[in-house]
Amino acid sequence: MKGYNFAYLDEQTKRMIRRCLLKAVAIPGHQVPFGSREMPLPYGWGTGGIQVTASILGRNDVLKVIDQGADDTTNAVSIRRFFGRTAGVQTTTATAEATVIQTRHRIPEKTLREDQIIVYQVPQPEPLFRLEPSRQETRRMHALSDYGLMHVKLYEDISRFGQISISYDYPVMVNERYLMSPSPIPAFDNPKMDMMPALQLFGAGREKRIYAIPPWTRVKSLDFDDHPFRAINAPHPCGLCGATDSYLDEVVTDDRGGRLFVCSDTDHCAERRAAGHVGNDGFKEAAE
Amino acid sequence: MSAPTLLSGRGLKLSFGAVPALVDVDVDLWPGEMLAIVGESGSGKTTLLNVLSGRKAPDSGVVWYRDPNDHLHDVHAMPAPALRTLHRSDWGFVHQDPRENLRMGVSAGGNVGERLMAQGARHYGNIRDAALDWLAQVEIDASRIDDLPRTFSGGMLQRLQIARTLVTHPRLVFMDEPTGGLDVSVQARLLDLIRSLVSRLRIAVVLVTHDIAVARLLAHRIAVMQRGRIVETGLTDQVLDDPHHPYTQLLVSSVLNA
Amino acid sequence: MAYVAVKGGEKAIDAAHTWLAEERRGDPALADLTVAQVQAQLGRAVDRVMAEGSLYDRQLGALAVKQAQGDLIEAAFLLRAYRTTLPRFGDSLPVETETMQIARRISAIFKDLPGGQLLGPTSDYTHRLLDFSLLDPENTTPPPPAPSLAGDSVGAIPRVADILGQEGLLEPDGGAAGTPGDLTREPLAFPASRDVRLQALARGDEGFVLGLGYSTQRGYGGTHPFAGEIRLGEVSLEIAPAELGFAIDIGDITLTECQMVNQFHGSKTAPPQFTRGYGLVFGFNERKAMAMALVDRAMRASELGEEVTAPAQNIEFVLYHSDNIEATGFVEHLKLPHYVDFQSELQNVRRMRAEQDKVAAE
Repeated sequence: MKGYNFAYLDEQTKRMIRRCLLKAVAIPGHQVPFGSREMPLPYGWGTGGIQVTASILGRNDVLKVIDQGADDTTNAVSIRRFFGRTAGVQTTTATAEATVIQTRHRIPEKTLREDQIIVYQVPQPEPLFRLEPSRQETRRMHALSDYGLMHVKLYEDISRFGQISISYDYPVMVNERYLMSPSPIPAFDNPKMDMMPALQLFGAGREKRIYAIPPWTRVKSLDFDDHPFRAINAPHPCGLCGATDSYLDEVVTDDRGGRLFVCSDTDHCAERRAAGHVGNDGFKEAAE
Repeated sequence: MSAPTLLSGRGLKLSFGAVPALVDVDVDLWPGEMLAIVGESGSGKTTLLNVLSGRKAPDSGVVWYRDPNDHLHDVHAMPAPALRTLHRSDWGFVHQDPRENLRMGVSAGGNVGERLMAQGARHYGNIRDAALDWLAQVEIDASRIDDLPRTFSGGMLQRLQIARTLVTHPRLVFMDEPTGGLDVSVQARLLDLIRSLVSRLRIAVVLVTHDIAVARLLAHRIAVMQRGRIVETGLTDQVLDDPHHPYTQLLVSSVLNA
Repeated sequence: MAYVAVKGGEKAIDAAHTWLAEERRGDPALADLTVAQVQAQLGRAVDRVMAEGSLYDRQLGALAVKQAQGDLIEAAFLLRAYRTTLPRFGDSLPVETETMQIARRISAIFKDLPGGQLLGPTSDYTHRLLDFSLLDPENTTPPPPAPSLAGDSVGAIPRVADILGQEGLLEPDGGAAGTPGDLTREPLAFPASRDVRLQALARGDEGFVLGLGYSTQRGYGGTHPFAGEIRLGEVSLEIAPAELGFAIDIGDITLTECQMVNQFHGSKTAPPQFTRGYGLVFGFNERKAMAMALVDRAMRASELGEEVTAPAQNIEFVLYHSDNIEATGFVEHLKLPHYVDFQSELQNVRRMRAEQDKVAAE
């Protein structure tokens, strides 16, 4: 793209972001403030993730961009196009081929490797924000490891609903020190973060925070000994490929209660179907 | 009293602008005893409580605290995290207005369990059992465990605050007019409760009150403050039955006349 | 030199108006902006002015925008003032957004659903890169024609709210009880029912409602919102005059509607249901409709037994400060002369200082 640096940001900005990333990796789960820039996409639509990706992308990288687990959602398409125009890197929909994966609200089903980096788009980096809106106060709580407020909230859930009622953006303890928001991934995905071989980077553009989980780090979802963490997923197999262990989207097929459940991770589903797996609604796909 | 003190203040001075709030105050507290600090409003008693508990720094002077390992700590030289930890475990602070120390949007059980969870308790059933136990000890009906404090009476809120504070078995509790603003009958019940809990758990208490009757009922020793100074101190009954300082005499006689 | 009393206020005002007219016209060498151009090419400005002016008339909105030199609050003010002069013939029947001629319809809570995700003419996925080709006056190539909306649904597109409602997952809508309040005629009174609150939001300042809505997302009275459905298009307006005894269609208006699906509400005994927040606004304005739905839900906090802690949940705070014509009037009224009162203050302060000096000297 004429008149723009590789991957849009100027080199000084990229260096600033990389310094923040290094600090974040050195202190797993700790939120590092950074001088987030206005980007051509709106705040709340992935500017943090985009800035992180722009700062780590090299000419030989292969980039995958997903939103809700799918490569073809409008926002994923928009961001992939953005990097196509500004960096000219090779892009892919295959998780296995990617070196950098930028994601909104899902972790791919396929276990990631040590040579891969996953960049999460984060709307709200502060895990305590619903309980304590003041950032000044939450900074102190993180510094003093004072997370009583969050435990109280979990206690309240159990006393009110009989179970912890958080289903996404489920808070985790990273490296047994920092309370962290994993971004609004479904709780189902939380276990993937624990001891993940890949580097996990988190960018919040509007809130201006970066954080990270280095490879092979302990990540534990908050719970009680007698109310252990449980992942939530629709109790069906994928209608297209039959998978029973992937996170499912619910598609409303008619206004009489008709439903179809399909893998949210489109690459995972396509790979399974290519290998011959068929779900009970597999015939529907052929009809389109 | 040759045993080592639990808490000691020496040479405490504090002024708010031109107004002196504490003038050369020395005070001692021994383990397991209740010390009442009495005086009119403006005498400096609440300021003294705040300085002793580390909430307000004096202009000069020092406050020493002896921890369970017999180490002495300068309360105002402690790093903030250490003081914070102290306040959540070994120490407690009961406010005159219980709302200042309760989460009004959190159930009674959650309020009581919070300090346990802050210390690492991770078994919901056990935390809830501890909360139920403490609600019983402060005479709040077990059925209220999931109720929000918004629905509690003033007396109940105060008892809930006490449960929340004592759940970690602190060795030292600061109390600021714990019965202030409550009905006489509610006060009496609360005072009884405080007395029995404190003696059973052997908690040392620094209690601030303007009410001589409260001091008489609860405290082993009493310190009388007037305009920022301690004018008289000693065993409660001795001081109140035979006051030496004219101000103490005035206080005592005004109660008798009431 | 001797003081000369200030006179000539009227002459000064006339001169100010002349200068204002000059500013409005701008460089006379440039073509005068026509109202038709504003109406056709600055549609979003016209939409906002109609919403906050509480008057649906695109041409008048465009005129107000031009007259106000693009100051949209000033333009809304012009519409409101004009509205005062218009006689009220009657009220329309409630509009049916279910039978809207959809230009755009999306849901963030289902990947796909009956009626589909119809993007419409949205700027959502544009990259915000200044298009310098727009500077070139010679650049008159019209854009390629948009692909036609081949909707795969005939007739009404079912509401997402009804889809959730089928399983009882969404609280039912509070049915209309009696005549809705009318803030354009009656003063605001508390407690304010939901119809009045919605009306205040619909005509409230977009920036104010946006800020409050944003605050709920950041923890000041959070409601876990999801965009259940946003639909945008034309609805027909019907009135049922008493003389006729039946309803007649008097025209179409463009509306943007947003149904937010919010934090579920329930307990050990009452099965949890998602709760609603609603936004409806004249013209094409998703930002306003969405923010309105967030604030609507926040203001239902006490009704739903939630703690009221944040500004967006404080009904009086929101309703009293949402009207930007009232706000700008009062804020800017400080420009009016206040020197009589200030003189009293001056004398007061001087006297207090003198007394303190006297005491200090003693």
